Amino acid sequence: MTKQQANWSPYDNNGGSCVAIAGADYCVIAADTRMSTGYNILTRECSKITKLADKCMMASSGFQADVKALQKLLAARHLIYQHQHNKQMSCPAMAQLLSNTLYYKRFFPYYSFNVLGGLDSEGKGCVYTYDAVGSYERVGYSSQGSGSTLIMPFLDNQLKSPSPLLLPAQDAVTPLSESEAVDLVKTVFASATERDIYTGDKLEIVVVNAEGIRSEYMDLRKD
Amino acid sequence: MMKLDFGGLESASQFHGVDSELVDGLSSAPSFEIPNTTNFDGFQKEAIQMVKPAKGTTTLAFIFKEGVMVAADSRASMGGYISSQSVKKIIEINPYMLGTMAGGAADCQFWHRNLGIKCRLHELANKRRISVTGASKLLANILYSYRGMGLSVGTMIAGWDETGPGLYYVDSEGGRLKGNRFSVGSGSPYAYGVLDSGYRYDMSVEEAAELARRAIYHATFRDGASGGVASVYHVGPNGWKKLSGDDVGELYYKYNPVTPSTVEQEMAEAAGP
Repeated sequence: MTKQQANWSPYDNNGGSCVAIAGADYCVIAADTRMSTGYNILTRECSKITKLADKCMMASSGFQADVKALQKLLAARHLIYQHQHNKQMSCPAMAQLLSNTLYYKRFFPYYSFNVLGGLDSEGKGCVYTYDAVGSYERVGYSSQGSGSTLIMPFLDNQLKSPSPLLLPAQDAVTPLSESEAVDLVKTVFASATERDIYTGDKLEIVVVNAEGIRSEYMDLRKD
Repeated sequence: MMKLDFGGLESASQFHGVDSELVDGLSSAPSFEIPNTTNFDGFQKEAIQMVKPAKGTTTLAFIFKEGVMVAADSRASMGGYISSQSVKKIIEINPYMLGTMAGGAADCQFWHRNLGIKCRLHELANKRRISVTGASKLLANILYSYRGMGLSVGTMIAGWDETGPGLYYVDSEGGRLKGNRFSVGSGSPYAYGVLDSGYRYDMSVEEAAELARRAIYHATFRDGASGGVASVYHVGPNGWKKLSGDDVGELYYKYNPVTPSTVEQEMAEAAGP
């Protein structure tokens, strides 16, 4: 008798795309709100963006159950941090925490592709991009999820700035204003929706700046 | 049951005595969860294929008269997709020791950071800096205890300690080699070609840097999984210093300058004074 294999997988892919763009004094985080499984749509109104700290938002695509578990864990750790240190976690600190949290499940990974966005300790926009097991990097912009291969080349074309590894160092701030960045995000999702079946329904945009956090919604194609 | 080295994850002993139910998942450093499956290897193979962690690289390091030269590219690929062109593959463990990253990006980032922590604890406990030999042994022992579990780490530890310049190669199979010249990663065959033919022990810092830079450049030219920015670091008696970071696309035109063809030259002359 041949060895029996498990006939179910602990993972599923609920699709969707996320984008984050960092500016001089703001950060835009956006994600669509469609949640699917296979060829079915489970809901048109599932938010992929969560607030981790005062100036720190996370958008995650992939397997939403793992995303939810990850969000809860990070929220709990942030609460403990607040109790112990009497202040909010900064975005770079949260970025390191997320990396370690993902790596602790190195042998049973969270199927979650994350983008962290917010303001760093100096008030400048920052975006951190992750792979599923925790490798991370601070960048000026990033996209993750099913539409990322469609979105990323377009963002590279519009926003690509000199690499931070170059020596002598070259300035790498996105020259866009906050409203231009929001328009860019809307354009990008409209295009991704055309060609990616898992992206669509509604776009949720969150903008973090010195004044605080504001949300915006835009309809996308529902087909 | 396999005994794993959780030295990197020692949870705070302040939680001793507290009900482990409360602490599980919330203690500052929980131990690694293992999936509850009969076929661990098969599960790991599938999980890694699905998750496609970022990897692909060229890194190199060599010892010469003036110390250690370390260089790397900056591309990370996930399957066939380039996930980043600006990955820091030369990790600054402390001001006089560098580590290079090849293989799984998350594995290298996590364990190098862990090594940095252990090196600092050694300094505090022993009131002196850790040697390159010691640091590489710490890392090699950790990786050996996870042997067979699917970690992918091919790293070089380069530094300057009391015995002079030191260079070790450490990998996730548990190997640890002392040497003068190493290149690691998918682009390493190409880098070795340039490095081995141009290497001399008594080079100046500039000559050695140029050799390292060209070796990385040639590897990025031929290996699809390598590219981005070629970074070159030098480790001397006073610690490491970053010497250069050049976009390899631009290095191409530096090494292969475009001479205007005769037709263009005539047009330029005609349009002149």
